[in-house]
Order: sequence, then structure tokens, then C-alpha cells
Amino acid sequence: MSDLFRVEGLSKSFGGLAVSRNISLAMPAGERLALIGPNGAGKTTFVNLVTGQIRPSAGRVVLNGEDVTELGAVRRVRQGLVRTFQVTRLFSDMTPEEHITLTILQREGKAARILARFHGNSEVAEEVEGILGTLGLIEVARRRVGEIAYGQQRLLEIGIALALKPKVLLLDEPAAGVPSSETPRIEQALERLPPSLAVLMIEHDMDLVFRFAKRVVVLAAGEIIFEGLPSEVAANAKVREAYLGNYANARSVA
Amino acid sequence: MQTILSIGIDAFAYGMALFIICIGLSLTMGLMRVVNLAHGAFAMIAGYIASYAARDLGLGYAIAIFLAIIGTIILSIPLERFLFRRIYGSSELTQVLMTIGITFCVIGITNYFFGPTLKTIPLPESLAQPVDVGFKTIAAHRLFVMTCGLVVAAGLWYLIERTAFGIRLRATVDNAAMADALGVRTQVVYAVSFAIAIGLAAFGGVVGAEFLPIEPYYALRYMVTFLVVVSVGGAGSILGAVIACLVLGAVDTTGRYLMPEFGNFFFYAAVIAIVCIFPRGFFGKAQ
Amino acid sequence: MPTMAQTEKLAAAPIPGSRAVRDVVGVILIIAAGLAGFWLFPDNLALLTRVIAVALLVLSIDLVVGYCGVATLGQAALFGAGAYAAGIACVNGVTEPLTLILIGAVAGAVAGLLMGTIMLRAHGLAQLVLSIAIVQLFHEAANKASAYTGGSDGLAGLMVGPLFGVFEFDLWGQTAYLFGLALLVVIFIVLKFVVSSPFGMLCRGIKEDPIRIGAMGAFVFPVLLKMFVISGAVAGIGGALAAISTQVVGLDSLSFELSANALVMLVLGGLGSLYGALVGTVIFMGFEHVVSAINPFHWMTMVGALLIAVVLAAPGGLSGLADRVLPSRQRNRGGRA
Ligand SMILES: Nc1ncnc2c1ncn2[C@@H]1O[C@H](COP(=O)(O)OP(=O)(O)OP(=O)(O)O)[C@@H](O)[C@H]1O
Ligand SMILES: [Mg+2]
Repeated sequence: MSDLFRVEGLSKSFGGLAVSRNISLAMPAGERLALIGPNGAGKTTFVNLVTGQIRPSAGRVVLNGEDVTELGAVRRVRQGLVRTFQVTRLFSDMTPEEHITLTILQREGKAARILARFHGNSEVAEEVEGILGTLGLIEVARRRVGEIAYGQQRLLEIGIALALKPKVLLLDEPAAGVPSSETPRIEQALERLPPSLAVLMIEHDMDLVFRFAKRVVVLAAGEIIFEGLPSEVAANAKVREAYLGNYANARSVA
Repeated sequence: MQTILSIGIDAFAYGMALFIICIGLSLTMGLMRVVNLAHGAFAMIAGYIASYAARDLGLGYAIAIFLAIIGTIILSIPLERFLFRRIYGSSELTQVLMTIGITFCVIGITNYFFGPTLKTIPLPESLAQPVDVGFKTIAAHRLFVMTCGLVVAAGLWYLIERTAFGIRLRATVDNAAMADALGVRTQVVYAVSFAIAIGLAAFGGVVGAEFLPIEPYYALRYMVTFLVVVSVGGAGSILGAVIACLVLGAVDTTGRYLMPEFGNFFFYAAVIAIVCIFPRGFFGKAQ
Repeated sequence: MPTMAQTEKLAAAPIPGSRAVRDVVGVILIIAAGLAGFWLFPDNLALLTRVIAVALLVLSIDLVVGYCGVATLGQAALFGAGAYAAGIACVNGVTEPLTLILIGAVAGAVAGLLMGTIMLRAHGLAQLVLSIAIVQLFHEAANKASAYTGGSDGLAGLMVGPLFGVFEFDLWGQTAYLFGLALLVVIFIVLKFVVSSPFGMLCRGIKEDPIRIGAMGAFVFPVLLKMFVISGAVAGIGGALAAISTQVVGLDSLSFELSANALVMLVLGGLGSLYGALVGTVIFMGFEHVVSAINPFHWMTMVGALLIAVVLAAPGGLSGLADRVLPSRQRNRGGRA
């Protein structure tokens, strides 16, 4: 099995509403995959299922040949299954530097130490600087997150994920809510992601999707309705009808 | 057998008195998401009004109850307008602090004006005597409280499930913004629900005065009991509140009858056990 | 803003240095204030020692409420556990004061472990109710176990030996006060390290968003439980100090009222700030002493009004106000000061 990551028959319903129906998907290391679909298609729910924030009604999640379905969210992160959030979840009183430092300490199993210093730890500082540098966040590294631009907060979300040294990274709309003047920074950050990392990106910005992804999966009403090359997506009649039509509507509404 | 019966009847009456007071709190917490620790203060205010009306003015019991409810609601209006409205949607801790503050103020002021002594609410003849119900004689007042409890439960259920107001209330609770957009005047719904909750606290405070005597520390002394009832029953659930009141009333009364030297030990042990097993209460809605 | 040539390099952090200086100044101020109290109010040392004991309780609440965001109205359970443990040990012949403090700390920590284990099962209202139920349960248990605790009469007649075998606990409470002050300073310094350690940062993160912390791969429960244990030890030391200095332990040290009052002090001073905890305690108890001497019910009314005012006008408490007024003192850990 050369797949780094695989889900099989993942299903979830909330009450009577089936939000994920029998989703199966596999990703080799280094893959760049885009998951698209209209609003409410169940994309975020899919990420939640994969990373263990919610439990599936049926199906399996397999990482590195190991079944992680029974593991909680924290253990999955530790195994390398990492996500970002569609709406940023950051600590508004902390600085980007502190976010990344905390994440690295956690990864090293040192975050719960009482007899250690948080600030001014030189080995960690170097790595923090590296990550913030790649994301162009050095300038704001010591500002409170509540004070920095939303685009920079989104970058920091990605930074936190990277600091965990993931094997599989799930990005939930990394450019959502970011003014178009700032999207190039995010795109740049995406291009610089480690090549061996398997990346699944949910995104509504189709230009971004086409430039980023080598493969596209389309989700509608909780079901995969298409899987293939980006160039084929636009031409596929089923997708046009189920997604792109809706998408145009959704966009005009939003 | 006789003891069991006595305990059962006492527990039931006590539970119903608790229920009348607490259901208002349960509604404010479940429907309006306000942790109102000052709830008992309103029951106490009503007790003072009723005591003044019945004892000092010599008015009838029914009139005293009526005046107590109306008076308490009127007093609560400025509080709702200027204090409570500021904490709708705030964090729990903020709500706790604000309402503890209100409670302290009420206690201090009450004591300043009325002194630290117990205030009794004289019962009318008809409620003061025992009634023979066939297998046993029961104090009429106990029967009265039980009936009141059942009537309140049924009435509230009808109000929430079967009336136009209930529909608006539930819509507001589910999604205030949406209800607003659909033309429900949510501010009015909140104000009315608050008034109902206060009115019930007032009613319960007066009819339950035999079980929970009226004195300045009332609001603080029973604050914990009321909170416990709501969290055990599940905030916002009428059935949950009924069951919680009956269970806790039974635990409390049994403990007092059989092991008075343990005080409230078993009551709190039961609370911890129940809350650990049902963190959302018996009938709490998943969040 | 320093956008200059440092696009790819993070300037060597100047933060720890300036922070350390500020904390040293803070500790010196605490010692100075403590000694000033000693010289200025020689007749009120018993009250001042009580203030220190309660300040420890308030600090312990700050750890849980202010730094972890777990609301509790039952912290006096931990304070009382320390007080009774020290008291019972003392009555049974352990009279060395430092040992008694240690016993209080251990008892508080164990009670904290128990309390945390129970409370952390629930959230929100249920959690708050559990905290109250636990302190009430402790209260009832202490009342019932009168053979050990003296029940409602309290545990009286603690005969504490001299400190380091030299300094007797005198009638004027001088030894007790200075001992308490020294304890407070040491604990304050330790807690400063705790809250600025990686663990402290993790707690702050949990307070703001436990789901995010989970998505960073950290378990929330053990971290919070650890904080409960630390907080229990601090509260337990406060209780033991109260027991040693007054030579009695009463049921009021295990009460809901004490828990609620201590929370009020913390909120008055400012949640999430160790200085705030101290300032809040001193101001609250100072006023209480003056006003309740006149009429205890005026005092209740005042506390109530004060709470309402804090919630409406100064959600950050006094230290929050100070931050707003004096931007230089900003606790903004961002540095760039
Ligand atoms: N906890 C929940 N309980 C009930 N329904 C839910 C829950 N979470 C999501 N849903 C429903 O599941 C459906 C899919 O939601 P999801 O957030 O996964 O969509 P999405 O594809 O990420 O949409 P978007 O593009 O807007 O982010 C929606 O209809 C949503 O209302
Ligand atoms: Mg989504």
C-alpha cells in the first residue's frame, strides 16, 4: 500500500441529515489535492471526521497503514494528521512568536513543563524564526494576534500546522476572508510547503485551486461526485450542474 | 410504613415548592442562557411583600400572593432593563458575578429595612388544618403546594408547547437573529419570559415559605439548592425540573428524617453523583 | 513599527530581561508594602496575617479561574483542607510550623486533585454547581467528623512550636505575620515562574480555546488537573497559615461564602494577574474591616454594588483599569514595549 493516507466509506449524519455519505479517498505522500464543493456540501465536516473532532457513523481513517479511527483528535495530531480551521482559532492575546513556540514545545513534549522557560529558549527560537520567516510573519512576530491583519492570521494558522511537522495537512479554506491583495502571500506560503507533505486543500477560489492542485475531488451533498484532473473539472457536466452552477449562485449571495 | 408515607408526602410537597421556585430559573437559564443567581432574591422579596400584606395589613392569603407576584415583577422591571440586559450573552462568570452582586445588595438592603428576623406569612384557616385523605391526614397546606406545583407544570407546558407565544419563545431560543428576521420581537419575548420567571419565583417564594422560611439570607442560603435543581434537571426542561425537584426533595427529606446528624451530606453527595453521570442534567439539551 | 531590515530575522528577544526587571520591582514592592503594614499597624497584625492567608486563597483561585478559565465557587474546600490537615496534625503533636505548612500544602494538593477530577468532567453551569457541591460536601463532612475537627465548635487549642526552633509565635502575632509574609513572597515568586512557563502558556491557551489546543496535539485534561493540584497546594498553604496564626480552625474556612468572597476579591483586583489577586484581597479586606465594624449588612450591600460596578464598568478589575490608564504597564506579553 503506497498510500500515506486513506479514508474508507466515511459517513456521518446529524440527526436525519446525512452530511457525509460513504466517502472514500486516498492520498500518497507529496500529493496536492483540492476538495471543492458548494456551501454546506460537507467539506468541513469531512475534515472534522478525518481529524477526529467528530466521530463518524461509519467508515475508517487510515494513516500510514494504521487505523486511527478509534483515536481521539489529539492522538491523530501526534500521528501527523493536522488541520487548519476555516475560521481562524488563535489566541488573541498571544503573539505569533508565542503561538509557534508553544506549538513546537508541544510537539517536543515539553509544553506542560513548569520548570522551564517559555521565552528566550534558543533552540526553539531558531525554528520559530524559520517558520515565521517562510510565512513572512517576522515583522509582526511580537504583535498581539488580535492586532494583526486577517491575512496574517490565516498564515499563522498554517504556521501552527507546519510547526507540528505533519504528514498529512488539511487546509480548510486557507484564503477565506482574506482580501485579494493578500492572497498572493498565502499562495506563496502554499507553494513553499514541504514537498513530501500530503496536502488536502478546501478552497472556493477556483484560480487558486487550479494553480495549486494536481487532483481535484468534488463533494456535493456529502457525496463525492467527481475525482480527476483540474483541467477536467470545468468540463465535467455533472460538476458544472451540481457545483459550479451553485457555486456561482453561492458567490453572488456571499 | 407510616414513616415512609410521611417522608413521601413531605418530600413530594417540598419538591413541588422547590419546583415552583426553580422552574423560573430553569427557564431563564435554558431559554435565555442567563445564570441568574439572584433568582432566590426575587422569591424572598415576594415573601416579604406577602408577609407585610397578610400579617401587617391583614389582607387575605390569595390577595397577599397576588400582591407579592405583581410587586416583585414591578420591582424586577428596572433590574431587567438596566442590569440583566447588560449580561445577556456574556460569559458565565460575568453573569455569576453580576447576579451575586445583586443578591448581596438585596440581602443588605432587606436587612437594613426589615431586620434579621424570620417573616411569617399567616395561612388562612382552610390551609392551616389537616385534611383526611382516606389513608392518612395531611396538612392542607401541603396538599395546596402539591396542587400548585402540578398546575404550574401543566400550565407552563401548555404555554410553551401549545400557544403562539410559546412558538415565538422557542423560535427565539433556537435562533434569535432568525426569529428577529421573521418578525418576532425578541426583546419583548425576553422581557415577557423574564417576567414570567420572576412571577413564578415570587409565587413559589410565598407558597413555599413553610419549607424555605423567609429571612434576609434566603437568597444566599438557597442559592445553591436552586442552582443544583436546575443543573440536575437540565436547564430549560420542565420535566427535568420536576424530576430533579422530586429526586432531590426525596434525598433531602429522607436524609433529614433518617440521619439528621449528617445534615446535607447526602444531598450534596447525590448532587455530585448525578451531575457527574448526567453532565447536562436529566433532560438538558445537547449544546 | 520596526519594519526595517529584519524581514527574515527575529531580533534577539529583549522581553525576558525587561520582564524580569518588572517582576523584581513587583516583588520588592510587595515586601515593602508588607513591612510597611508591620510598622504601621502593629495592633492589627492578626488581621494582616489573615489577609495574607486569604491572599493565598485568592491567588489559588486566580490560577484556576484567571489562567485556565475554569469558573469555581468552591475553592475554599482546598483552603479548608489545608487548614484542617494542619490543625489536626498540630493537635496530634506535630508542632513544627514548616512541617505544618507542608502538611497543609499536601492536603490542599490532594483535595485539588480530587476536586479537579470531579469538576473537569463537566462544563459550564454543571461545573460551577459541582464546585459548590464539593465545598458544601467538605463542609458537611467536617461538621460531621467532629471527633477530629471539633465540628461546629471548631478545632481549637493548636499549640504551634517555635519557628526554626527559635522564634516563638508571640501574642502580638509578629512572628506569624512575618512568617506569613515570607511565605507569600516565596509563593508569589514561584507562581510567577509557573504562569510564565510553557505550562502557564498552555493554560492560557486552554482558557481561550481548548479545541485549538487539542488541534495542536496537547491534551487539555491533564494540564488543567495539574493546575488544580498546584492551586490546591497554594490554597492549602493559605489554610495552614490561617490555622497556625489563629490557633483555631473553624467551619467557615470550608464555606461557600468564603469561596464566593475570595472570587469577588479576585475579580475586584483583576482576573489573570497575580498582582491583581493581591491588590484585590488587600482592598476588599481592608474595606470589610472598616465597614463591617459599622454594620455588616452595609458591607454586603457595598460588596454587591461593587461587584455590579466592576462587571459594568471595569471587567478587567483594578489591574485592568491600571492597564488602561498606564499603557506602560501593559501586561501585553508581546513585548515591543
Ligand atoms: N454539528 C452539526 N449539527 C448539525 N448539522 C451540522 C453540524 N455541523 C454541520 N452541519 C451541517 O452539515 C452540513 C455541512 O456542513 P459543512 O460545514 O461541513 O459544510 P462545508 O462544505 O464546509 O460548507 P462551507 O463551504 O460553507 O464551509 C451543513 O448543512 C451544516 O448545516
Ligand atoms: Mg466549511
